[in-house]
Amino acid sequence: MMLQSSGTKTKLILSLVLLALMLLAPMLLSEFRLSLLGKFLAFAVLAMGLDLIWGYTGILSLGHGVYFGLGAYCMAMHLKLAASPDGLPDFMSWSGVEQLPWFWTPFQSAGAALLLAVLVPVIVAFVLGYLTFRNRIRGTFFSILSQALVIITVTLFVGQQGYTGGTNGLTNFDTFLGLKLGDPSVKLMLYYVTIAAVGLTLLLSLWLASSRLGKIPVAVRDAENRVRFIGYNPVAYKVFIYCVSAGLAGIAGILFVLQEGIISPAQMGIVPSIEMVLWVAIGGRATVIGAIIGTVITNAAKTTFSEAYPEFWPFLMGALFVVVTLFFPKGIVGTLQELADKWRAGRTRSTQVLGSKALAYSEPSKPQ
Amino acid sequence: MSLLLLQLFNGISLSSILLLIALGLAITFGLMNVINMAHGEFIMIGAYMTYMIQGLFQKMLPASAFGYYFALSLLVAFLVAAAIGWLLEKTLIRFLYGRPLDSLLATWGVSLVLQQLARTIFGAPNVAVKAPEWLEGGLAITAELTLPYKRLFIIALVIFCITAIYLYLYHTRGGRSMQAVMQNRGMAACLGISTGRVDALGFALGSGMAGIAGCALTLLGPIGPSIGTYYIVDAFMVVVLGGVGKLIGTVAGALGIGVLSTAFEYTTSATLAKVIVFTLIIAFLQWRPAGLVTMKSRALD
Repeated sequence: MMLQSSGTKTKLILSLVLLALMLLAPMLLSEFRLSLLGKFLAFAVLAMGLDLIWGYTGILSLGHGVYFGLGAYCMAMHLKLAASPDGLPDFMSWSGVEQLPWFWTPFQSAGAALLLAVLVPVIVAFVLGYLTFRNRIRGTFFSILSQALVIITVTLFVGQQGYTGGTNGLTNFDTFLGLKLGDPSVKLMLYYVTIAAVGLTLLLSLWLASSRLGKIPVAVRDAENRVRFIGYNPVAYKVFIYCVSAGLAGIAGILFVLQEGIISPAQMGIVPSIEMVLWVAIGGRATVIGAIIGTVITNAAKTTFSEAYPEFWPFLMGALFVVVTLFFPKGIVGTLQELADKWRAGRTRSTQVLGSKALAYSEPSKPQ
Repeated sequence: MSLLLLQLFNGISLSSILLLIALGLAITFGLMNVINMAHGEFIMIGAYMTYMIQGLFQKMLPASAFGYYFALSLLVAFLVAAAIGWLLEKTLIRFLYGRPLDSLLATWGVSLVLQQLARTIFGAPNVAVKAPEWLEGGLAITAELTLPYKRLFIIALVIFCITAIYLYLYHTRGGRSMQAVMQNRGMAACLGISTGRVDALGFALGSGMAGIAGCALTLLGPIGPSIGTYYIVDAFMVVVLGGVGKLIGTVAGALGIGVLSTAFEYTTSATLAKVIVFTLIIAFLQWRPAGLVTMKSRALD
C-alpha cells in the first residue's frame, strides 16, 4: 500500500487502533455495554456512507434516517414473520388486516429480506437523487427535499398502521435463521458480524475516496461547474455516491434491528436524521474513519448523559452542533490530522530554513 | 356550492398560516442563503410571549381590559422574536455566511437549546391560550357555512404583514438596500451599503415575522415547546416551491400548498394528502427546478 500523504498514514494507524479496541471490547465490557457498542457500530456503517455523500461529495442529506429505516424495516418484516406462528403478524389482526399484504410476502425468505434491505434504500435514493441532481437542484434545496422525504415516509409509516405497525413499529422478534436473537452467544456473534461490516465499509470507503471514481465527487464538491465544463457528467457521480450511501444506511438498519430488536418510525424521523449528520461532523468530514469515531463518541456521550441528566442532553447536543460547526468544522480526526501535519511541518521547517538561507546567501552573486 | 366555498376557505386559511411562517424564512433564506432551522423556535417564542402577556392581563388588569391583550401580544411577540433573532445573527449566523449547510447544522443546535429551554421554563405539556372575546364565533354566510373570526383575523393579519413587507422592501431605502444585497452582495457592498447591518436587520425582521406567526397560532390550538417543528418543513417547502428571492413566489407557494393540502385531505386522508402534496412538489421541481418565481441573476453559483 502506498502511503503518499500524511493523512493516509494517520488514518491507517487510527484504523488499526480502532480495530484492536473493537476486537478487545467483548473482554472489557459488560454484556449490556457490548450490545450498545454493537448498535453504535451499526450506526457507524451508516455514518461512513453519510460521510461519502456529505464529506466527499458536498451534498448534505437530511434523509438518511429513511434509508436506515427502510433497511431496518425490511429486516424486521422478515423477523416479524418468522416470529408469527400463523404467518400473520399480531398487529395486523389487531388492525383488521386478515391476509398478508402482497408486499410482505417476499420477506418470508431471509435472503430476499436481506437483499431488499439494501435494494429498497438504493432504489429510493436513485429516484430522489436522479430527479433532483439532474435538475441541478442546489445544496440547500436538496437538503430540504431530503427532509421532505423523511416527512413523507414517517407519515406513511405511522398512518398505515395495519401494514407497518404504526407508531409502535415492529418488535417482538424471536429467531433469525434459527438462531435465538436473545442468546448471549448469538449477540456476541452479531457483534463480530457488525465489526466485519464496519471493517468492510471502511475499506470500501477508503478505496472509493482514493480511486479515480472517488476523485470526481470531491471535484464536484469543490467546483461543480468546472467539473461540468471539463466534460464530466456530475449527475452520474452524485447519484452513484448517493446510492452507495443509501445502501450502507440499509445495511446499518439490518445490523441495528438484529441487535436492538425493534424499529419504529421515531428512529427514522427528522431528529435522528439530523443527529446522524452530527456524528459525521464531530468525527470529521471527509475522513471516513472520523465517521466511526464520531458516531461511537457521540452516542456514548448521549447514553451517559441521558442516563444521568435526561433534560441536560438536548442542551449539550445543541451546543455541540454550534461549537463543532463554528470552531471545529474539521471534527476530531480532521483537527488531529491538522495538528500532525503542523508538527511534521515544524520538524521539516528547520531544514527548509537552512536551505533558504543558503539560497539567500548565494543570491548576491547572481547577475542583477 | 357552500361545501366548495368551505373547502376553499379552509385552504386559504391553511395557506395564510403557512405564508405567515414562510414569510420570515423567505427573508432569511432568500436574503442570506441561511437555512434557519431555529425558525420554528421563533414561532414558539412568539406563542409563549402571547401566553405570558395573557397571564399578565389576567393577573394584573381588570377583566374588561382582557380583550386588548392580543394586540399587545402581537407587538411583543414581534419585538422579542426580532430581538432574539438579531442577537442570534450577531453572535452566530454572521460567522456562517457562505456556508449554508453549516448554518443549517448550527441553527439546528440553537433550535434544540431553545426547545429545551422552553421545556425547562414552561414545562413539557402544551399550554392553552384563551382567545379574546371579539375573536369568538364566526361570520355566517349561509346556514351551513360559517367562517370563524379567528381564521378571518389570521387572513387579515397575513395580508397586513405582506403589505407591510412589500412596502418596506420596494418602497423604502432600507428595503431597497436589502434587495440590492440579495441580488448582488459584492456589488452592493462596493456601492456603500453596509451589508452587515442589512443582514442583521433582515434576520431580525424574519425572526419577528415568525414571532407574529407564533402569536397567530395560539388562536388555533394549544402550544408547546415543539410547536415549531410541526411547521418548519412545510414552511421550507413553501419557500422552495415559491422560489427564492421574490415575495410573490412565496405567496403563490403557500396558496398552492395550502389549497392542495386541504383538497387532498378532503378527498383522501391527512396522511395521504401530505404524501401526495410533497410528491407533487418534487414533480413540479422537475419542470421548474428553481421554483415558481425566480430572481434573474447572471451569477454562476
